[in-house]
Amino acid sequence: MDIPKSFLGYKRENGRAGTRNHVIILPVDDISNACAEAVSNNIKGTIALPHSYGRLQFGADLELHFRTMIGTGKNPNVAAVIVIGIEPKWTKRIVDAIAKTGKPVEGFSIEGVGDIDTIAKVSKKAQEFSMWASEKQREECPISDLWISVKCGESDTTSGLASNPTVGNLMDKLEPLGVHLCFGETSELTGAENVCAKRGKTKEAQDKFMKTWSSYNDFILKEATNDLSESQPTAGNIAGGLTTIEEKAFGNFQKIGSREFIDVLEPAEEPSKGKGLYFMDTSSAAAECVTLQAAGGFNIHLFPTGQGNIIGNPIEPVIKLTANPLTAKTMSEHIDLDVSKILSREMNLDQAGDELIKATLKVANGRLTCAEALGHKEFVMTKLYRSA
Amino acid sequence: MAKTDIIIHDKKDNVGVIVVEKVNKGQDCGCWIMENDASNNIKSEAEIPLGHKIALQDFKEGDTIIKYGHDIGKVVKSIKKGDHVHVHNVKTKKW
Repeated sequence: MDIPKSFLGYKRENGRAGTRNHVIILPVDDISNACAEAVSNNIKGTIALPHSYGRLQFGADLELHFRTMIGTGKNPNVAAVIVIGIEPKWTKRIVDAIAKTGKPVEGFSIEGVGDIDTIAKVSKKAQEFSMWASEKQREECPISDLWISVKCGESDTTSGLASNPTVGNLMDKLEPLGVHLCFGETSELTGAENVCAKRGKTKEAQDKFMKTWSSYNDFILKEATNDLSESQPTAGNIAGGLTTIEEKAFGNFQKIGSREFIDVLEPAEEPSKGKGLYFMDTSSAAAECVTLQAAGGFNIHLFPTGQGNIIGNPIEPVIKLTANPLTAKTMSEHIDLDVSKILSREMNLDQAGDELIKATLKVANGRLTCAEALGHKEFVMTKLYRSA
Repeated sequence: MAKTDIIIHDKKDNVGVIVVEKVNKGQDCGCWIMENDASNNIKSEAEIPLGHKIALQDFKEGDTIIKYGHDIGKVVKSIKKGDHVHVHNVKTKKW
């Protein structure tokens, strides 16, 4: 297949391109959710991103909170941002960092004003942003403007056999065209960690990966109170035929095809070493992982599933594929691409990879994903430890 | 092409994956080895559902299960060729 060299995206002030054109209302903290949601109810074309944290966090956990907030605002799928926090200082820190992209952003704080007046004030600004963003048109962008993140969920053996290798096939075909790629799931590479580390392009990347994985593994061993076989693989994985974490890890690992990663990113860190594949240190919980990847700047997501994970994200469209014929049938409203014909050998991996490229470009050009049509917008902050 | 009931990733693997809704006890199953595009047959000794694994050889306690050409766990209860391989007879080596 001749791979199209471009897609229709939204060109942003900083040179990046978006596959979506959202105006977001971003609460800094849990107690500002109500205000953010009230504004998004008032003003059409805006979306609130409520979440559970942002108070009394400190150290690396607070830094991650800021990185996630700022990265979400900076993501090229976002046209303009309103930030609402209880107090002005943290709100301003987020606004100032997002403003560096050149996109419209404005911050508001509730303390000393109250919800009702804040909602009125913010609604006026949100209306202005929404109507401004609605004038934006899609333009032709090079395919290298795609930043593709991947994560699998509710995996079963069909994931390792077919849907994950389909994603790997896409990576093998698109990486030479200059796209950015990202995989994560530190915990679910357990069992395949040594094989995965060898995929680091440099000794530095390899060592960084092993350091990241070991730090996770030390934490797990320290906190484990019983046999982790109850948690990994999950009950859904086991129902699908996955027996051990090692089996799950080698299946998971098929998503990167034969690619090598050039760097290891902190959670929600934006890549800085140019085009190519990155590993991001993330949770393996679907919504947490995709939220971190979106905050890292990725603008389209591929999500292979076995038993049928239904996740979506508010700003990064999540394309789901499955090779499980039962899932494709019983949960068809969640599945953007059915590659189960690989298992019956009516389709090979090369053909499946091409189909996934076509589906990815359709969504990049504006086609809604199943998750978007169904209203899935899971925005879940990763919290590293308890608050002060 | 013979019907494929079981897919084996790697020729070194000692288990295969059921890719049809299920195989029945005593069924003669067609296997396809992805790595070298080879085919063979195995008789199933149990009813095994889609996505679950079948033993391609006899195993005794302590043996290693190989899939994707890699170690994916240890046998904790002996397994006969053609039997269902899962959490009741295999365990991780990680924890």
